[in-house]
Amino acid sequence: MLYREAGQFRSSYAEDQQIFPIRQDRIGIALLLVVAFIVVPLVGNQYWLSAILTPFLILALAALGLNILTGYAGQLSLGTAAFMAVGAFMAYNFVLRMPWLGAIPSFILAGLCAAAVGFVFGLPSLRIKGFYLAVATLACQFFVLWVIQRWGWITNYSTSGVITAQTIVLFGYPIATPAAKYLFTLSIVAVLALAAKNLMRSETGRAFMAVRDMDVAASVIGIPMMKTKLLAFAISSFYCGVAGALYTYTYLGTVEPEAFTLDLSFRVLFMIIIGGIGSILGSFLGAAFITLFPIFLNVFSGWLSHLTGQDISHAVISNLEVIIFGGLIIFFLIVEPNGLARLWQIAKEKLRLWPFPH
Amino acid sequence: MNRTAISTAALAIAAAGLPAPAGAQMEQFIPANFYWVGPYAASGTGFAAGILDYFAMLNERDKGINGVRLTWEKCETEYNNARGVECYERQKKKGPTGATVMHPLSTGITYSILEKATADKIPVISMGYGRTDASDGRVFPYIFPLITNYWSQNTAKIKFIGQKEGGMDKLKGKKIANLYHDSAYGKETIPVLDVQAKKYGFQVTHIPVPHPGNEQQSQWLQIRQLKPDWVILRGWGVMSPTALKTAARVGYPRDKIIAVWWSGAEEDAIPAGDAAKGYITAGFNLPGTSYPVMQDVLKHVYKKGKGEFEDPSRIGSIYHTRGVVAGIVTTEAIRTAQERFGKGKPITGEQMRWGIENLNITEARLKQLGAVGLMAPLKISCMDHEGGGPVKFLQWDGKAFKPVSDWVPTDQSIVRPMIEASASQYALDNKITPRDCSKEK
Repeated sequence: MLYREAGQFRSSYAEDQQIFPIRQDRIGIALLLVVAFIVVPLVGNQYWLSAILTPFLILALAALGLNILTGYAGQLSLGTAAFMAVGAFMAYNFVLRMPWLGAIPSFILAGLCAAAVGFVFGLPSLRIKGFYLAVATLACQFFVLWVIQRWGWITNYSTSGVITAQTIVLFGYPIATPAAKYLFTLSIVAVLALAAKNLMRSETGRAFMAVRDMDVAASVIGIPMMKTKLLAFAISSFYCGVAGALYTYTYLGTVEPEAFTLDLSFRVLFMIIIGGIGSILGSFLGAAFITLFPIFLNVFSGWLSHLTGQDISHAVISNLEVIIFGGLIIFFLIVEPNGLARLWQIAKEKLRLWPFPH
Repeated sequence: MNRTAISTAALAIAAAGLPAPAGAQMEQFIPANFYWVGPYAASGTGFAAGILDYFAMLNERDKGINGVRLTWEKCETEYNNARGVECYERQKKKGPTGATVMHPLSTGITYSILEKATADKIPVISMGYGRTDASDGRVFPYIFPLITNYWSQNTAKIKFIGQKEGGMDKLKGKKIANLYHDSAYGKETIPVLDVQAKKYGFQVTHIPVPHPGNEQQSQWLQIRQLKPDWVILRGWGVMSPTALKTAARVGYPRDKIIAVWWSGAEEDAIPAGDAAKGYITAGFNLPGTSYPVMQDVLKHVYKKGKGEFEDPSRIGSIYHTRGVVAGIVTTEAIRTAQERFGKGKPITGEQMRWGIENLNITEARLKQLGAVGLMAPLKISCMDHEGGGPVKFLQWDGKAFKPVSDWVPTDQSIVRPMIEASASQYALDNKITPRDCSKEK
């Protein structure tokens, strides 16, 4: 009833090609942005801003990066955390060694460094595919961490290999409070998400999808394999690199290379599998599910034992959380293998017909 | 179930989750952010049980500290930095005065909350782990790597080796291999070993073991070629039993292996079976249930069925008594702070910092606490956030850890200049003006 596009006519190409062709969607996204940019920093407390929303946004950006590579261009990668690590440690070095550069250019340069690493480790994708490529990117994961741990210059010769993020200053305003960090992260994520959405609607994005669907056919119709695949690796790594820089600067503060282990790569991969492969929205939904759901279970189990008065052993609860979480992942994959984004799409289609489904 | 029932249930759950109302004013809240799952659960559960059992014992026996009951809430960190930060943020405002003190029980989480806790004025006690140069209280006012940090422990190890060799001058020309977990934690002692190698004239070889360390064949073959006189085992989790088993396989004598305290618990020794027999570990606490304080824990907590452990055989294990020592240090600091800021009143994080900085657990106080021998006396100051406590060496006899040394003092003449250099570098990088300790009251 509310969500019906009857009466909305598109009379120009521009209108036909806009990102959100349905008016209700436009209103919805505008409201969401207003809430995220204005309401949340005003009402959100420190816990929500710095422990829930900021990491969610950062991991959504990393998932977005991986989704460009795996979801759109069809190249399986297990090196996400390594690209994030490159971004994090290079951002640290740019801010440390070129303080006149400013935060945003440092982050962009850090992202470009990650893109360069992604480019190099994308080269095997010209020859190998699927699981074999995943193994090649696995090498990247271990190699990058190994270099960061061995090469003292990267950590500014810190004995334990740990870096402490400097306070970044933007237009004379230090990004130090949780609200400022949240807004900074949100702005970068919003801009990059918009860029990704448009990229995927452009010729480049279509080339990515053609390569994903059938690379032989794509090369027959004239899509350059090398350029497309390497570009996908570079763009994806850029996104992951920026996410890594944000992870250090607006979330953890002090990081060791072990913050970017294979475990994180897998988590980001699960995010896009759960959220929806080849979907911008899916990256956000998946990140929300993977990062927030375990916390919710943890809080919920506390409530439950509070409510029932049953003093359940905490070790049991902790293990139950992991079991429930794993079970839910399997459940979702069976019910909707295309991820949460597809569920959202189905809901939208149903809403259009509601209350008179035919 | 209809919708009304669901929403009623949801409301009820939400209501139950709200903070406890009035009457909670005489409580001292301490977050219990530990880990009960994952690869390091053995240490997480042991330490958590120790500290919480001690708190529960104080609540039962003495009705808290001067009438202020200790309360806590558990939060699962999974030994994961991101989850640790989430737990920190979730817990820091709870209780009438907010979180009193944090025990992150992970070097990584200690790093991740270091600046946040300093900004929030919540002391962090990283007992026997964490950032070594935080021992300089002028630069790190809220971070307390109490009792003995890694560098101090390392100097005690070298002294112990010297004792075994028959004098520090006998170390000249000896070979020591440093087998370490390839992480920030593992790398922490490399510089202090290099300095000592130069000072005493022994040769040190650093051999990294990639995380998690369940495959060490090549490292131990390297050790066999090297034929070191001693091996320092700086392990964590599964790495420790694997090292002992692999040492047995390549025929390296176990009684020449000296482990860090995170490799020296029953949970590390038992999985290695016979291969563990004879290896030596450092410790700042001793296992056992014979101490009066442990007897009180048994009497007031476990007899009433309120203990944390379901498996009674773990009571008095190394991790358990380490948790009890953490409990003693924490509550003694609260007591010290109460004496200054008002007896029988909950204290804030800032007051707790004063309490820890003025902590002085003397031999006489240990006797009152019933913990003589469980730990060494401890004195903290604004300058020294560590205490530089001595280290005891224990040997695994196949069933239990037996002390094989007295309390070996650490060598602060080596450690302290390194800490000050490293801390002042940190202050420089992060534009921190160190405090003037003479002005602290």
